[in-house]
Amino acid sequence: MIPDRRVAIVPAHNEGGAVGGVVAELKAFDPHLDVLVVDDGSTDGTAAVAAAAGAFVVTLPFNLGIGAAVQTGFKFAHEQGYELAVRLDGDGQHDPSELPKLLAPLDRGEADIVVGSRFAPVLADADRNELRPALARRVGIVFFARLVSFLTHQRVTDTTSGFQALNARGIAIFAADYPHDYPEVEATVMVYKHRLRLVEVPVRMREREHGESSITAVRSIYYVLKVTLALLVGMVRRYSIPEAAP
Amino acid sequence: MTPLRVSIAASIASLLLLLVVLELIRGRRLKERYALLWLATGVVLLVLSAWREGLNTIAGWLGVGTYPPAILFAAATLFVIVVLLHYSTVLSKLTDENVLLAQKLGLLEERVGRGEAKENPDGR
Repeated sequence: MIPDRRVAIVPAHNEGGAVGGVVAELKAFDPHLDVLVVDDGSTDGTAAVAAAAGAFVVTLPFNLGIGAAVQTGFKFAHEQGYELAVRLDGDGQHDPSELPKLLAPLDRGEADIVVGSRFAPVLADADRNELRPALARRVGIVFFARLVSFLTHQRVTDTTSGFQALNARGIAIFAADYPHDYPEVEATVMVYKHRLRLVEVPVRMREREHGESSITAVRSIYYVLKVTLALLVGMVRRYSIPEAAP
Repeated sequence: MTPLRVSIAASIASLLLLLVVLELIRGRRLKERYALLWLATGVVLLVLSAWREGLNTIAGWLGVGTYPPAILFAAATLFVIVVLLHYSTVLSKLTDENVLLAQKLGLLEERVGRGEAKENPDGR
């Protein structure tokens, strides 16, 4: 394994307007960082834009949903023997300049997975988020944060954040088994069950540059029911330990 | 009035359905996405079976007050139809995606084969 190999996993569905900027920002942040864009069945040239910006691109033949798209990235990272992966959304809401905050606990060996939280307590005013999600979304975020905190006996404030970094152990586990639809919430329970060390760090997030949230009002009730069911089942189901990287 | 034995048997049957569905999810043989409809079926049938007065009232509204268990059959049938219809839409989507996958694979094999032929022109 080549030491210090790092990859950024960027799932993108019809983000042709934003994904090029995200890849460029990542490359500017760290030229040695490999960037993998997982084009989740886009119809707007997302893959071509990402490749032109210098990313590796995996194009899925049709839309598999965010969970399967992100897992494709973890499988890539696992197969290629990366030691560390960050994942961030292709719409530009996650700022690559916040990455040092995510990487610090991993580099110090204090965590297996680090989640960038919009709601974690901050020390400095400059770190405070101006961005407030819509009320309905906030209710869902708080509900799942409380439920997951209760189930995992650990205080988590932002279970829906897709701004994360994880080490090889986390990559191996998620490459073998990752939830669908609304994956970050359920993945937090998986992290607990696999006894991975999860650390939340406060980060600022930006307004989405393009597109709209994949969670629409009509579907949110279905998601809340489905994810709640999955969380409760997740507490009692069996987990298999994935094999080591090839 | 619903015979007590019908209520007991129907309650046990709905409970069994719920338990089987939950165990299937726990063993990862059924995805949550496809389990929600079955859980709704189980819960509604359980409520209708166990809540005898409610069943009688609903039967009265629908003009079958002389034989309320008919509502149990009607509810069960309705849910089975909804589940089947849902599966038909899922099946249609899977068919489309399967065709797309096979086409992609065929095109990819052709491309790989052409690349290999270019590298080894004598066929070895």
